Amino acid sequence: MPVIESAAKHMSQRVLLTSKEINIILHRLACQLLENHLDFTNTALIGIQPRGVYLAERLTKILQEEYKVKHIDLGFLDITFYRDDFGRGDKTLKANTTKINFLVEDRNVVFIDDVLYTGRSIRAALTAIQSFGRPSDIELLTLIDRRFSRHLPIQPNYRGRQVDAINEEKVKVMWEENDGKDSVYLVSK
Amino acid sequence: MSELSVNHLLGIKYLNKKDIELIFEIADHFKEVINRSIKKVPTLRDITIANIFFENSTRTKLSFELAEKRLSADVINFSASQSSVKKGETLIDTVNNILSMKVDMVVMRHPNPGAGIFLSKHVDAAIINAGDGAHEHPTQALLDSYSIREKLGEVAGKNVVIVGDILHSRVALSNIFALKLQGANVKVCGPKTLIPKHIPSLGVQVETDLRKALEWCDVANMLRVQNERMDISYFPSTREYTQQFGINKKLLNSLEKEIVIMHPGPINRGVEITSDVADSNQAIILEQVENGVAIRMAVIYLLASKIK
Repeated sequence: MPVIESAAKHMSQRVLLTSKEINIILHRLACQLLENHLDFTNTALIGIQPRGVYLAERLTKILQEEYKVKHIDLGFLDITFYRDDFGRGDKTLKANTTKINFLVEDRNVVFIDDVLYTGRSIRAALTAIQSFGRPSDIELLTLIDRRFSRHLPIQPNYRGRQVDAINEEKVKVMWEENDGKDSVYLVSK
Repeated sequence: MSELSVNHLLGIKYLNKKDIELIFEIADHFKEVINRSIKKVPTLRDITIANIFFENSTRTKLSFELAEKRLSADVINFSASQSSVKKGETLIDTVNNILSMKVDMVVMRHPNPGAGIFLSKHVDAAIINAGDGAHEHPTQALLDSYSIREKLGEVAGKNVVIVGDILHSRVALSNIFALKLQGANVKVCGPKTLIPKHIPSLGVQVETDLRKALEWCDVANMLRVQNERMDISYFPSTREYTQQFGINKKLLNSLEKEIVIMHPGPINRGVEITSDVADSNQAIILEQVENGVAIRMAVIYLLASKIK
């Protein structure tokens, strides 16, 4: 795509995962979820807003269409009001929609997010989910796990790809439904 | 844009259309929050807010306090009747004393128009005007528009009539500003003595026949007759007022279309609206109260995020 190429010249970005690789990883992650949760009757998948939602929807689709899981409870959780950096940044944070139409009380919850970086979003999500009940356990699935950058003792249970990136670099996950193409870039400023 | 253009909420006239859209968007999220079983978020846990009320209030004060607590802010309440104001302390001194206890935001109601504006120039805190005399009551106007948007889908293009005591009403003035800003058509209706003569300069039409006004409108916002602000007689008797400007079920049913009835409260039942109207499906009075908490959460959240 011409847009990406011209952006690449300015910001120097490198492809970490192509759409084919992402597809393979998504199927592996789906199988790993299946292995641990079988028919998903006591499991709820929670996509973390905003970018975890695409991944959560994609995994749900694969599980239902290709692995014939009958029903999966899928919710979206917005963590804006639970962040620990309110008033510390320059800009006001806009919220996204939270949509959880089921109880998480005594269920197995899987948080799904695209990139795990400092771990602070997941910390906020752990607080936020308490408003919807007390899950029996919570797991974390992430497409990209940035090593050596954690501020908190949080690790994923399922990871797509581990990436070493310095703090000045940014990992950008693009999804076909939003950005026109599946791909993961490492962008250095 | 995800930031308000102002650092204080002193009146709707200082806001722009985008500000209102942003407040509504954030209020949508808070409305979802306050309908959860756990209705609280930890967002403002390091913010302290003082509610300073120099004039009586029930629902506005409760609504602000609830909004603040739902956001996990620390709240201190102050009402003038139990304070050193009675001993002759000035407004700035009172507020600065409160602020020296490290307060970040002040919600103030005051009988004098412009009190909030005055305060914002002299003290270092975000100010929210919770009603200043007959001037403005911005959060009420925001929750009114938000309730219209919720009920009818949008505010733009809707016909809204504000009925009653326009002269003494801060709710009327703030509502006129808010509705015009969002592209609604506004008429006011009431006894001529209670309609300010310069009101057409705000782009508002005057209608003295309630029936005609109701036939024209999609929404009727019925204001309370504010006996406490009336130093002289503006109409012959309450009974005559009710006959000319009160809504009852019979009148409502005789209209060709179903209109939405709003009231900022407190209701004088049997004066501006009868009980069967206030309790009917067409009235969204209790929805207004619920939306008031969400709107105030949004305003506090947006202003607090600008505090450095």
